Amino acid sequence: MEAFTTHTGRVVPLRRSNVDTDQIIPAHWLKKVTRDGFEDGLFEAWRKDPEFVLNQPAHSGATVLVAGSDFGTGSSREHAVWALQNYGFKAVISSRFADIFRGNSLKNGLLTVVLPPETVERLWELTEADPTVEVTVDLVERKVLAPGVDAAFELDENARWRLLEGLDDISLTLREADSIAEYEANRPVHKPRTQTV
Amino acid sequence: MGRTLAEKVWDDHVVRRAEGEPDLLYIDLHLLHEVTSPQAFDGLRKSDRTVRRTDLTLATEDHNTPTLDIDKPIADPVSRVQLETLRKNCADFGVRLHPLGDVEQGVVHVVGPQLGLTQPGTTVVCGDSHTSTHGAFGALAFGIGTSQVEHVLATQTLPMSPFRTMAITVNGELPEGVTAKDLILAVIARIGTGGGQGYVLEYRGEAIEKLSMEARMTICNMSIEAGARAGMIAPDETTFAYLRGREHAPQGEDWDAAVDYWRTLRTDADAVFDHEVVIEAGELAPFVTWGTNPGQGAPLSASVPDPASFEDAGERLAAEKALEYMGLSAGQPLREVAVDTVFVGSCTNGRIEDLRAAAEVLQGRRVADSIRMLVVPGSVRVSLEAVAEGLDKVFTAAGAEWRHAGCSMCLGMNPDQLAPGERSASTSNRNFEGRQGKGGRTHLVSPQVAAATAVLGHLAAPSDLSALSDATPAGV
Ligand code: SF4
Repeated sequence: MEAFTTHTGRVVPLRRSNVDTDQIIPAHWLKKVTRDGFEDGLFEAWRKDPEFVLNQPAHSGATVLVAGSDFGTGSSREHAVWALQNYGFKAVISSRFADIFRGNSLKNGLLTVVLPPETVERLWELTEADPTVEVTVDLVERKVLAPGVDAAFELDENARWRLLEGLDDISLTLREADSIAEYEANRPVHKPRTQTV
Repeated sequence: MGRTLAEKVWDDHVVRRAEGEPDLLYIDLHLLHEVTSPQAFDGLRKSDRTVRRTDLTLATEDHNTPTLDIDKPIADPVSRVQLETLRKNCADFGVRLHPLGDVEQGVVHVVGPQLGLTQPGTTVVCGDSHTSTHGAFGALAFGIGTSQVEHVLATQTLPMSPFRTMAITVNGELPEGVTAKDLILAVIARIGTGGGQGYVLEYRGEAIEKLSMEARMTICNMSIEAGARAGMIAPDETTFAYLRGREHAPQGEDWDAAVDYWRTLRTDADAVFDHEVVIEAGELAPFVTWGTNPGQGAPLSASVPDPASFEDAGERLAAEKALEYMGLSAGQPLREVAVDTVFVGSCTNGRIEDLRAAAEVLQGRRVADSIRMLVVPGSVRVSLEAVAEGLDKVFTAAGAEWRHAGCSMCLGMNPDQLAPGERSASTSNRNFEGRQGKGGRTHLVSPQVAAATAVLGHLAAPSDLSALSDATPAGV
């Protein structure tokens, strides 16, 4: 995973709440067996509308998505995170994220930042009025900065450390091989097995 | 202080706990399907890793599988590649797979319980949000992303930060004609699609205790639709009776030891939940959704709400957009909404009791000429059982299509889809925009409401039919 420290970029203001993962990447894209090439599927249905914010040239090349509450609800598809990253997004800001989506994003180095609804509104107004405005998402200082905005955000220390260092979870867990083996040695025999090996 | 059911199961699976770090949890059962696993197996290959416990892992094919002509090669080349990739991955890594055509094939959340693999007090994960289904047995079961699938394959564990706990107590008895599906839709409408966020929901109370295992699975299945990580129901005699004798249920002395343990899996009297919700079952009625998220629902007897009636600006905007997408107007009685397609199936309502309930309503009646009705069993076993009971005949005699097992129109990754603008009454779990096909409009309903809707051509409950058949002889 790529490390995330701080990022500055322009914004796509997405004034919608309850953006589910079926909207972020529709099911027919899920037939792919790779982690890349999902950018054209991002918000596919909404992008048919020329007025849709992602289609506006003023927002092209933006790297920070600012969305309404309950972003990423629904399916557990990690493809939603890959689609956002493949398109070029580095961070998503919302007042609330669905749990699985948030977990998936942090595991892939896409920073999801929770800010109060008023701050989200402020960022929308700023970037709708002037799409060239840049926003800085600073994980080191745990702050989002924009003209007139200096908003602190929270992220649990462990997740933050993994992101800052770009650490791979599996290698970290494999350091615990002894504890896992010890746990396995004490599992009750009545636990189910799918096959005898 | 006492512990909740979720906390007990959690504590029993902690491999390692350290200050300031997530707990490392052991996973008892890892279920796989073709959609969320290919990139995980790829990751293993790249890092030269193996599957740590193939004996705790099981794969099925469900999302892409066709429900017609299953003996022919799959027409969609991309779907075919995905299924072939799963077959190759399972063969390479030694994972047990139930492919299309196998007698144990079906929707992953129907297959696990039916084999007896889903047991009380276990941790169950799958790269699929509806893994919450398995919580009906008192398992801690939750959906994970593909990176976590790879993590479990490699280590049989997951680093997890503890969930909060919420009790959903359902007092009293469900009125006649009101089902588990109506109950869970009402719960979601009450707490909202984000209301369960970060929580494990424990459903309890008299109405829950009276439910069959299959109805409990319907409830836990949709916990994710309230944003919750998992839903659970404490195991009891109903649970034990369901499990006894199943292929992977413990036997002999192991069974006794298991049941002794399972009986301890109840929330202690002095345990404290982080949040509690109380629902009176007696006040519930058949429930349907009118919008584009599962929280946008109302009793069937109600009308489409006026977006202006929502106080919260976000909800108001969401309702406006939903009505526009759904082609509905405020104040329209829900019973007058005409549909084109009826879908009975999915991991929410594709089990044998669901098919029986729908067949009972259709028995001696006809699906309206304007309606296409698809009945898709959740698994091949369910299908065989239905055929043995003659349910397939009831469906086909009524004019419905009897299909092969799979996810089918629940998400339309196979050819079973809604056309743009088409409207369905569906027993599945998600009414998101385009979920059942681009531009398709979905109303979530129970199997009983689905069947009555198929007969009348508009959203309806079985009680609407009896009123009719009193006047005209049944079957006419
Ligand atoms: S039936 Fe629907 S919800 Fe269930 S696993 Fe399949 S696609 Fe997902």
